[in-house]
Parts: sequence; C-alpha cells; structure tokens
Amino acid sequence: MMNHWLIIPVAVPAMTAALLVLAMRHSLNGQRILSLVATTLQFAAAVGLYVFAGDGETRAYLLGNWPAPFGIVLVLDRLAATMLLLTNLLAFGVVIAAIGDWDKRGRHFHALFQFQLLGINGAFLTGDLFNLFVFFEVLLIASYGLMLHGGGARRLKAGFHYIAINLIGSTVFLFAVGAIYAVTGTLNMADLAMKVPQVTPANEALLSAGALLLLTVFAIKSAMVPLHWWLPPTYGSTSPPAAALFAIMTKVGVYSIIRVYALIFGADAGPLAGIATPWILPAGILTLVLGTIGVLAARSLLDLACYSLIASMGTLLMAVGLTTAAGLAAAIYYAIQSTIVSAALFLLAGLLVQDGKGQTRLVRIPQPATLFAGFYFLLAIAMVGMPPMAGFIGKLLILEAGRAASYTTAVWTAMLVTSLLLIVGFARAGIRTFWRSPRAALSARRVPMRPILVIAAMIAAVAALSLLAGPVMDDLVATAEQILAPQRYIATVLRPRLASDLAGE
Amino acid sequence: MKLALIVLTPFIGALIPLLAIRAGRNICAAATAAVTGLSLVILLTEVPTVYSGGIPQASMQWLPQLGLSLSFFVDGLGLFFAALILAIGLLVILYARFYLSPTDSMGRFFCYLLLFQGSMVGIVLSDNILLLVVFWELTSLSSFLLIGYWHHLPASRAGALMALVVTGAGGLALMGGMLLLGHIAGSFMLSEILGRGDVIKASPLYLPTLLLILAGAFTKSAQFPFHFWLPHAMAAPTPVSAYLHSATMVKAGVFLLARLWPVLSGTQEWFLIVTLTGLATMVIAAWIALFRDDLKALLAFSTVSHLGLLTMLLGLGTRMAVVAGVFHILNHATFKAALFMSAGIVDHAAGTRDIRRLGGLRRLMPITAGLAIVAAASMAGLPLLNGFLSKEMMLEEAAHTVYAGQAWLFPLFATFGALLSAAYSARLVFHVFLGPERQDYPQHPHDPPFGMWVPVAVLVVPIVAIGLMPATFAGAIVEQTALAAVGGALPDYHLALWHGMTPALAMSGLALAGGLALLWVYSAVNHARLIVPRPDAMAMFRASVAGMVRGARLLLHRVDNGSLPRYMCIVITVIGLLGLAGFLGAAPAPIAGDRPTLPATLPAITGWLVLLLACGLIVWRHYDRLAALIVTSIVGLIVSLAFLQFSAPDLALTQISVEVVTTILLLLAINLLPRTTPDELPRSYKLGAGLLATLGGLGVAALAYAAMTRSFETISGFHIEQSLPGGGGTNVVNVILVDFRGYDTFGEIIVLAIAALTIFALLDSAMHGAAGRRLARMRFDPQAHDPHPLMLTVTTRVLLPLSLMVGVYILLRGHNTPGGGFIAGLIVAIAFLMQYMASGYVWAHRRARFDSHAMIGGGVALAGVTGLASLLFDRPFLTSTFGYFHLPVFGEVELASAMAFDVGVFFTVVGTCLLSLTTLSRVEERVEQASKQAEARSR
Amino acid sequence: MSMEFLMATGIGALTVAGIYLILLRRTFPVVVGLSFLSYAVNVFLFTMGRLAIDLPPIVSAGAAGYTDPLPQALVLTAIVITFGMTALIVVLSLRTFLETGSDDVTLAARSDDELPSAHRDEAVR
Repeated sequence: MMNHWLIIPVAVPAMTAALLVLAMRHSLNGQRILSLVATTLQFAAAVGLYVFAGDGETRAYLLGNWPAPFGIVLVLDRLAATMLLLTNLLAFGVVIAAIGDWDKRGRHFHALFQFQLLGINGAFLTGDLFNLFVFFEVLLIASYGLMLHGGGARRLKAGFHYIAINLIGSTVFLFAVGAIYAVTGTLNMADLAMKVPQVTPANEALLSAGALLLLTVFAIKSAMVPLHWWLPPTYGSTSPPAAALFAIMTKVGVYSIIRVYALIFGADAGPLAGIATPWILPAGILTLVLGTIGVLAARSLLDLACYSLIASMGTLLMAVGLTTAAGLAAAIYYAIQSTIVSAALFLLAGLLVQDGKGQTRLVRIPQPATLFAGFYFLLAIAMVGMPPMAGFIGKLLILEAGRAASYTTAVWTAMLVTSLLLIVGFARAGIRTFWRSPRAALSARRVPMRPILVIAAMIAAVAALSLLAGPVMDDLVATAEQILAPQRYIATVLRPRLASDLAGE
Repeated sequence: MKLALIVLTPFIGALIPLLAIRAGRNICAAATAAVTGLSLVILLTEVPTVYSGGIPQASMQWLPQLGLSLSFFVDGLGLFFAALILAIGLLVILYARFYLSPTDSMGRFFCYLLLFQGSMVGIVLSDNILLLVVFWELTSLSSFLLIGYWHHLPASRAGALMALVVTGAGGLALMGGMLLLGHIAGSFMLSEILGRGDVIKASPLYLPTLLLILAGAFTKSAQFPFHFWLPHAMAAPTPVSAYLHSATMVKAGVFLLARLWPVLSGTQEWFLIVTLTGLATMVIAAWIALFRDDLKALLAFSTVSHLGLLTMLLGLGTRMAVVAGVFHILNHATFKAALFMSAGIVDHAAGTRDIRRLGGLRRLMPITAGLAIVAAASMAGLPLLNGFLSKEMMLEEAAHTVYAGQAWLFPLFATFGALLSAAYSARLVFHVFLGPERQDYPQHPHDPPFGMWVPVAVLVVPIVAIGLMPATFAGAIVEQTALAAVGGALPDYHLALWHGMTPALAMSGLALAGGLALLWVYSAVNHARLIVPRPDAMAMFRASVAGMVRGARLLLHRVDNGSLPRYMCIVITVIGLLGLAGFLGAAPAPIAGDRPTLPATLPAITGWLVLLLACGLIVWRHYDRLAALIVTSIVGLIVSLAFLQFSAPDLALTQISVEVVTTILLLLAINLLPRTTPDELPRSYKLGAGLLATLGGLGVAALAYAAMTRSFETISGFHIEQSLPGGGGTNVVNVILVDFRGYDTFGEIIVLAIAALTIFALLDSAMHGAAGRRLARMRFDPQAHDPHPLMLTVTTRVLLPLSLMVGVYILLRGHNTPGGGFIAGLIVAIAFLMQYMASGYVWAHRRARFDSHAMIGGGVALAGVTGLASLLFDRPFLTSTFGYFHLPVFGEVELASAMAFDVGVFFTVVGTCLLSLTTLSRVEERVEQASKQAEARSR
Repeated sequence: MSMEFLMATGIGALTVAGIYLILLRRTFPVVVGLSFLSYAVNVFLFTMGRLAIDLPPIVSAGAAGYTDPLPQALVLTAIVITFGMTALIVVLSLRTFLETGSDDVTLAARSDDELPSAHRDEAVR
C-alpha cells in the first residue's frame, strides 16, 4: 500500500492557493480562514511525516507511477522530514502573525503564501535534480510576490536586486544541470549518485565544473559571502511576515548543499568525492565574519536582523563544512533554532516599525515597550548564543564538533571572536533602542495582539529546544548518520519495479 | 532534587517580586527575602552531611551527547560560597528595601537580583563544568541588567555594556577552556575531573586550557589588566555594588581558581601567571584606590586589590596559602559588604559620595561612623579584627616565596600592597568620619532608619568575633572549605591571634605605620601623581567600541553600497571562478571530445552570422531601446530556427509563440519607460564589463562544445519506448511533459500563475499613490496616434475565432504531434491580445466575458485534481490512464487523463497572459485617455 | 566548421551580450541582458542532448531514430519559467519607474541613519 502522505505537503498548498485565486478573491476573511486551515493541515502532515521518518527508513514516492530514475520521485528521509517540520511550524506562526494588519496591504497575500510553502515543501521532498530547479523557481517567484507585497519605492527597488541576482542563480542552475546531464544522462539524484563515481577521466572536468557551478547556486540561496548581496536589502525592506517566512529560505540553500554534496558528490563519489568540501568551511567563516561586521554596523533593528541572519548562516555553513556526523547534527540543530529566532526578530522589528516602510523607530507605547525590550533581550541572547537559549547549545555543539574534526583553531577563533562582537553589537543596539528612549517619551499606540503572541510562542519554542536538547539531538545525530550513509537512500529510490508493485499493480 | 532546589528556588522565585510589588514594597521585599531564605535553609540542612565528610549529589540528564547535565553537588567549598552568597543576599535585600527610592521599580530590581543570586549559587554548586559555564554566562547577563538598572543614566548604560562585554568575553574563553578540560579529563563532571589532575597537567592541551580558563576567571574577578570594568559597575544602585563586590560576581573568578586548584595548580605555568597577576593587581588597584575621591570607587578598587591578594595566594600553589585564601575570602566578604552599605548610607544621608566634600560625620551619624570605622580598621589589617589575621597569613606566605629566583620580590610588594591598603582605609576613616564637622554638606547628615544600619551591624559582629577568637568562630568553616579546595589533607596550622614575632608581623607593622605616614603626605603625593597622565579606561572602551562600529560601517559601505552592477560583477566573477576551478581541478582533458560532429550547412552558418551580428548590435546599440527590442526578437527567431533545425519542433513552436507574447509585453512596457538608456558609465568600466562578459562567454562556449562533442548514455531511451504503450502518445516530448515528468509541468504552470498574480498585484496599485500621479502626468506624443488602425482592427476581429480553433486543435493533437496545452494557450492568448492591441482596452474589455483570475485558479486546480484523481485508485499523484473509445461520428477517439492535465495547463497559460497583459494595457489606456483629452483641449 | 562549433560559439555570443547588459545601471538593459542569458542557457540545455538532424522525437514506424527528447522537455519547462520570470521583472521595472520616476537600479542608503535614541525621538517629534 503506497504511502500517499508524501504528496500532502505539495498538494494541499497547491490546491489551496488555486482555490483562493479561483473562488475567494473577494473575501479577505474567507482567504484567511482557508489559508489558516491549510497551514494547520500542512503542519499536521509535517508532524506525521516526521513520525514516519523517525523509524530510520527512507520512503520513495514515484510520481505518475513511473519507476525511478525515469519519472520524478519524492523522497522522505529524516533530513527532509525535519526541514518540513521546521518550515510548517514557522509557517503556522507566520500566518497567524500576518492575519489582521499585514495581509491586507496588497492583493493575494494568502495565495502567494501558500504557493511559497508549496515551493519550499516541494524542494525538500524532491529526489530529482531538475525538479529541484523547478521548485526553486516556484519558491523564488512566490518569494518575489511576497517580498513585493505592499509595495513602496524602496521595496520595489530592492525587489529588482533580489530578482535580478536570483535570475542569475536560476540560469546557472540550468547550466549546471545541463553539464551534469551531459555526462551522466540522468537527473534522478539517487541515479546520479550511482553514475557519478563511474565518470570517465575524459568527462571528469565537465562533471566537476557542473558540480561546482551548482554549488554557487545553492551558495546564493544560502547567502554565502560573497554571494549574499541580495539578502539585506530584500529582507530589510519587505513586510515583517514575509521576512519572517524567508528565514527558512536561506536554509533551503543549505539543505540543498547537504543533500547534493552528501548524496551525489559524497564520500564514495570516486574522483569527485567531497568536491565542495574545501569551499564550504572557509566560505562559512567568511560569511560569519561579514555578518558580524554587519551587526556591528547596524543602523536599525532590521539591519541587525538581516546581518545576524547572515552571521548565523555562516555559523551553519561552517558546521556543515566539517562534514562529520557531529558537525551535521550540530548544524541542523543550529539551523532550527536560528531560523525561529531570526523570524521572531523580524516580526519584532516589524512591530517596532511605525509603518511598513522600513525605518525602525521605537513605537511609542508605554507597556509594550517594556515587553518588547524583554523580547529583544531574550532573542538577542538566543542569537548571540548565550544561555539559557538554544543558541548557546548550538554553539557549544559546533565548537565541540570543530574540535573533534580537528579544525579547532579555525572554527574556535571564528566562533569565539565573532560571538563577542555579536554581543557588543546586540547589546549596543538594544541599549540604544530600548534604554535610551525615556519611558515618558512613549505615547500610546495600538499594537496588534497576534504577532506579540507569536513572538512569545517562538521564544518559548527556542527555550524548549534548549531544554529538550538531549532528545532532539538523539534524532539529529541519527539524521546526520543517515545523511552520511546514502546507500539506503539510493537503494530505496532505485528499487523501481518493487516500488510500483507496492502501488498495487 | 533537593540540591537542584537550592539553585532553582531563586530562578522560580524571581517572578514573585514582580507580582508581590502590587501588594506594596514591604511585602515585595519580604517575599524576596523569603525566597532567598528558603534556599538558604535548604542549603543549611546539608551542613551536617557535608561537615561529616559526605558530598551530597544530584543529577539530571540534559544533553548527554555533549556531557552536559543538570548536576549539582555540595562540598565544603561550594557550601561556603553558597552560604556566603545567600546570607549576604538576605542582608542586601533588607538594605535595598530602604535604599530604593519610591520612583524605582522595586519589583524589577528584586527580580533581577534573584536571577543573579540563582546564577551565582548555580556556579558554586554545579557538578558539571559545562553547566557551570551556563550559570557563569547567566551572571554576566543578570549583572548587566542590575548594573543598567537606572538605564536613564548614561553612566549605568556604559557601565553595564562594559561589564557585559568584558565578562562575556571571559565567559566565551571559559566555554572553550571547559570543553578542552572535559575533553582531556574524559568527563565533564567536576567530581570526576578533580581526581584526574595528573592526566590534565600532563596533557599537551594543558596550556591552552589553562589560559582559556584563566581568561575567564581573571575577567570575572577583575584581575589586572581586566580590572577596569569593575569600578564602572559602580553605576549600579549601592545594594547591587555591595552584593557584586563583597560576596558574589567578582568572587566567582576566585571561586573558579579555588575549585580547579587541585587539577590546574602546582605547575610552573600556573605559578608564574597566577601569582604575578595577583600581585600586580593587588598593588596597582590599591594604589588607584588610594586616590579615588568617590567613596564607592575607592571601595571598588580596594575590592580589586583584595581579589588580587586572593589570586596571588591561590597561585602560590601551597596548601597553606589556600587556607589563608579561604580565610581571607570570608573576612573580606564581611568587612567589604559592611563598608559598601555604609558608603550607601553616607551617600543617602549627606547627599554625596565625594570624599572631598565629606568629613566629620562622626558626630552627625555616630552609629554608621562606628560600624564603618570598625570595618575599615579590619580592612586596614588592625589587630583584634579578622582582616588582620588573614593578612598576616598572606604576608607569611609571601615572605618565603621565591619568584623567578628573586627572593625579595614578593615580600617587598606584598608589604607595599598591605601598606597601601592601610593607607586608603585610613583615608576612608579620617577624611570621611573623623576631622572637623563641615557646614556645606549637600544634605544634613543623620543616621539612617534601623532597617538600613542593622545589616551593617550584623556584618560587624563576625568581624570582631573572628578577630578575637578565630578558631572558635571560623575554624570549622575554614577547615572544611580548605579541605574541599585542596582536595586532600591540610597542613597543620592554627588560626590564632598571636603567632609570636614572625617576619609577617614585622611586615604588617611596617605596612600600618607606612600607611599612616603615606596618608600624612597624601596631598603632596596626590599632586605629584596628577602630573603624570593616567589612562581613562571608560574613554578607551568607548573609543574602541565606537571605533569598531565606525570601522565596520566603513567596511560595509565599501562592499555593500547598493550598486547592483557591482554585485553582479562579483557574483558573476565568483561563479566563473568556481566553474573554472571545477574544470581545472579535475583530470585534465581536451575541450573537444571524440564524438563525430555534424558538418555545418550554409543556412546554419547564415543564421549563426546573423546571431553574432545581433549580439554585436545589442551591445553596441542597446541605448535605443526600441532597436534593442527588435534585435532581441530577431535573436528569439534564430533560436527557434535552431530548435527546428535540430529536430525539436515543439521547442520551435513554443519559442516563437513565447517570443510574440514577450515582445508585446516589452512593447507595452517601453511605451511608459524612457525610450533610451543614457550612456552614463565610464569607458573603463564598460571595458571591464566587456572583458568579464567575454570570459564568461568563452567559458560557456567551451562547456557547451566539450559536452556536445562527447558521447553519453541517457535514460531517455525508456521514455521513447514507453511513450506510446505507457503514455499513450507518440509525441515523446509532450508525453514527458504531461506524464513522465508531469510534476515538473505542474510546478511550471504554478510559476506562471504566481507570476500573473504578482504582476496583477504590482500594477493594481499603480493607479494610485506616487505611481498614479506620475501616470496622470504622462502623455503619448500625438504623432504616434490613432492607436487602433482600421485594417488591423478588422483583421484581428476576423482572425479571432479562427485562431481560437487553431489553438484548440493544437491542444488536442499535442499528445501525438507537436503542440500541446502550453503552445495552444499562447496562441489563444495572442489572439485575444490582438483584440486589446487593435481595438483598445475599453472595447475589448467590455466584450471579454472571461475572468482571467478564475482561468488561472481553475487551470491549476484542474491540473491538480487530475493528478489527485489517481489517488482514488491508490495510484501515486499524476498517474495517467488512457483508453480508446468509440464515439458516433468521430469514430475511434483516444482520451487520456494527461489531456485533462494539459487542458489545465492551457487555461493557466491563457489566464496568465491575459491577466498580465490586460492589466498592463489598462495602465496604458489610462495614459491614452489622458493624452487624448490633452490633445482635444489643445485643438 | 561543425554544427557543434556554431552552436557552442552562438551560445557563447549570447552569453557575452547577456552578461555585458546585466552589468549596466538601468533596468531595461538588465532585463534584456537577462533574456539573452536565458536564450543562451535554453539552447545550452537543449544541446546537452547532442545535436541531431531530422530525428524528431515523435514515435512513428518509419523513423530512422530519435534525438534525445528529455532535454527538449526540460528546455520547454525552462522556456515557460523564463517567460514568467521575464514578464514579472519587466512589469517590476516599469512599476518601479512609475513609483520612483527613475529606472536607475542603484539602491540608496536607508534614510534613517542611526538607531533610535532619546534625542532622535525628540528630533522626530
């Protein structure tokens, strides 16, 4: 009996969005309800899938019932399930925060939101390189829509940067896929993993050029310095809920790096084994450093949020670059917590902004001001990696992994020094924003309740993540080991007849 | 669990003040005290066990993968510190109740205080060194809040930031150090680590570990050269200073040294670094303290000096020194807390803490004066008081310490330190309390309310008691604590007032006499001192932070200046370099492969030449945008011809129809955009860009050629053979699109849908706001008028039904011959667009009976439903079925579910094109009308 | 000269023009440049199935053989996606021009230049 659960994260948002456009164009409340229901559904499905994947099995779903590698296949393993869970958890929070004030500033917010989820979920689930491209495009163009939602001169200009740079990325993606196909004659990732090791010396150069071109594509998505240019203006000028949701988009890039360079160009990829490894760790350090500089230079809470996101991406890439199980597990843990924290930070910055137009001035509200200060304090702690929030655990894990992977000096110096600078940056920003403005100067203003609750919930989630670090890490270590031993994955996907028999032929 | 409660109570209780404050300030203070008291009581219940040699432990898992666990244990050392922290905490709370002014939010204050207290107790009771780091960082954070409590004062903000940064830095170092320590020891549990000193000292990682841990301890305990942050923490309310400086924060570093003494001490590195740091701190801080006019600053630096003393003692590495150290920690806590509170009282009463404006308070506030003088005397090391005894022991140790072969160094400087300490203590007494009464106090001084001086009194009791009968009152505590600290047997010693005529006694006497003498010539020395420039730590700190920020901004603006061309340059360069790296990194191979090539034909070469020409033209003439557009469509044409040439009819059809739509779109856009691109970039830049572009082109060409001239195995054989039997179509490309890889197509039409929605959302808002105003001002030039030429109008209207039929035909036949939903959709869309172009938006829109939004949504929905339908038969998403049916008239007809899917594609495409282009032409129309009216008026 | 050479150099030429144009400072040339790049990549992807003449992938009894249909399908998808993207960015550049009155792509530094603080708030009010 085939497991149709795998298609839910794609089918539900797709149909919802279609329905929103088809029937609910004129009733905002209708859109909100449907969007909320759909998001809840996807969240439930993600939980279900996570439970499925928890047994350590890899599940393949042959779309169109064509055997791999000839059709397109969806694959669910621990990594995919984890990312899906994170995405839909985040989406759930964001949609609640968006309802009310933010989703009525332009047309089609909820349709675009659902399409966005569709793109992200699809990218996590697919087992086909070209299909990954397609879903990259879906999530990108949806993000263009969300990013531009609400308009405004700055947002439009920033949007042009964002789109232009990402179109370069898409173009390169196709060049890379082309080159890889030209050598291997296949697109299915598992099949590629089989064929790449057998590359002839004559074709090796072509293939490895393709492999590294592909890396640049993912690097752009994951804001790897020096390809991060699009991020600060984009996230800094878009609407808070969009920015909050985009916190996951950078992780899509990292996910793809892990997936492709562990599965296709992993340890047993023959002459091309570990082709990306020498680039990721240094790039990660560079990203971390530039992000930290950005935090120090921040002129507004939005800048702070943007560059701290870049810094966290650096930390993350650094951990991924260790290419050990411990490093990967730590990376995923760090990714989860930093995603939630960034999202909350963007929402908070959004609440402090007077209008949707990107200038962060402390909104004048007596009580909430104290509340926001508290939020900021906790989020800052989490972001710079101090206890008791999960960021601390994450950094501890990465430091330990770095030591074990004998990159101690590089990783430790980078981590410890930047952490200190981050403390300076965040403390300075917090003092200037919340301590310098005398309470008296804060005149009352209505603040939307939902976002506040969502931020509080996110903070609680990060705290819980730190408290439950033990059990969580058990799962993540298992995940990392599964990633580094792709044979199971390959076997499951390339079991064509058997699988389609299961489909009941 | 019980042990955990000692630590957790303050954390949980931290919420209580916030709530209790509603019931009034007394209740709030009482509640807070109750919390502290509770955790103190629980602690004291452990005393019998501990003092009878037991070590209560409690442990809970947290992060076993890392060895981090919630483990606590109470041994003599921990007990001593915890008791000190909680007991003095109680006094501080009582004191603070009367100290805080009604305008200060007491709830917040006590909340922070309890958080801090909990973190401190956590440090001293942690059995797990990573857990210790956690609490360590928590003290940094909570002290940040406490120091910044009065955050309307710049001094508080600056002091808080400084404290956080310095101690935070130490915390990070400690984090690393503890990870290494745990790695060497093979365990993160203190109780196990303490037994593995030899392993640790033998390890090659010993030195880095030591340095990192010392960095943590020294920053926290404000050891030279990190001593500068502590005085600035003075900005905090006095209760906080009293707490931070007597029993807690700064003692954490000393505690850590004591805690790890058995595993780290005794080596040459330890001795050389720790003792010297301690000695230097002791002397330098004492010297600074002597000349501070702010009462609290004087006390702060004296704290630093005494911490130096302790550090030195621990550095010596002898067990006797540890005993002395422990004893002095106890004594210092008592007299320093007392002094800080008195300072606060004086500040409150006299309205100033400036020693120069004080003096003669003896009569005005006798109680305070009495208590303070006793405490100060103890600090100075006068006999009969506890300070004297521990100082004696310190001098005794220093007396026979040989540092780097120098026997004189330590005795001399230790004595000097003691001398200075005597001097500033004396200054405190003489310049504040003794001397003539003055008339110019900012306020009239008087003794404080009972609740404020009683804590001081409580602290003075042990000062005297221990001073007189040390063995009785402190013997047990010191013994148990020292035992735990050295982790072994103690040398035989006895705490007593009289040790006979020892060198220490002489040094002590010398110090006292010298101290008084120094005070005698105070003003002279002070003037001399003022001549030499002294560094201002805060200024330097501010400058360095500001410098960092400025530097960061400078750098950021260098790289990140909002110029898209620059970003593009960098992005493309990086991409190119990585691609090249890949190419060169692999086994070297010639670009040209061995696959037989096709001979070029004349038409092909012609097309190629035209293409090159077009590329040249666009680079050269792109300033004229209309021309650029024409060139672009020529290129599109050539591309589709190329597709046709190399057996890709579907691609050719698609390319050409896309070309048409895109061109219409661009035409509409250009209408409103500037007609030309200014030639604004410097020649050099253009040359650079050209070079980069050329390199990129070469790379791509090489890649393409290399690929095309190599033969390969592909999976598409399967698609060809399965196309008819499995997919029910002869047009393999179409079958791949709607069946084998229908999922791609599903994603692809969704991309189109999103594009349309976004375009709609973008242009929908263009009618109002800044854009709307600009539109209203726009005019088309009269020449290009009569936008709807009759011929065109008529032909398009005649052609419409025809092209619709063609579209449907192409849609249906697509499964077997070139065509399909996408191309069909474009053709139909073009037909409609022609109406808009020819007859104008208004005319066409009035007759348009369709809703493009619905088309898009419906199309996607249809495709999706077709895919989901297969789930009903328990087949995966998008599984297609097909069959041949016999219909009257038509005869044998094939119907494939993939066709329904293709219809979905068709509708999405039509909807997308219409929605985007009609909204665009609506914008055009706006300008159109405006221009018309303008013209009419001008006529 | 072989067909492969013509195609390769043709792709190269398209890329050169595309890259050059996207390095300019106005929206329009960037848009045109991007579509040139997409021409280049579409043809590139197409040629990855290798070149074949008169072997269309349409199953028929008399066919001498078939060219690789897979890249064709991929390119078709790519063309469609590119079309959507181009449409979007064209409209965006138009919309930006209407909003700001300029088609310069440079993004000015943000207007408020310092973190909020007491005196700033004074200044604001």
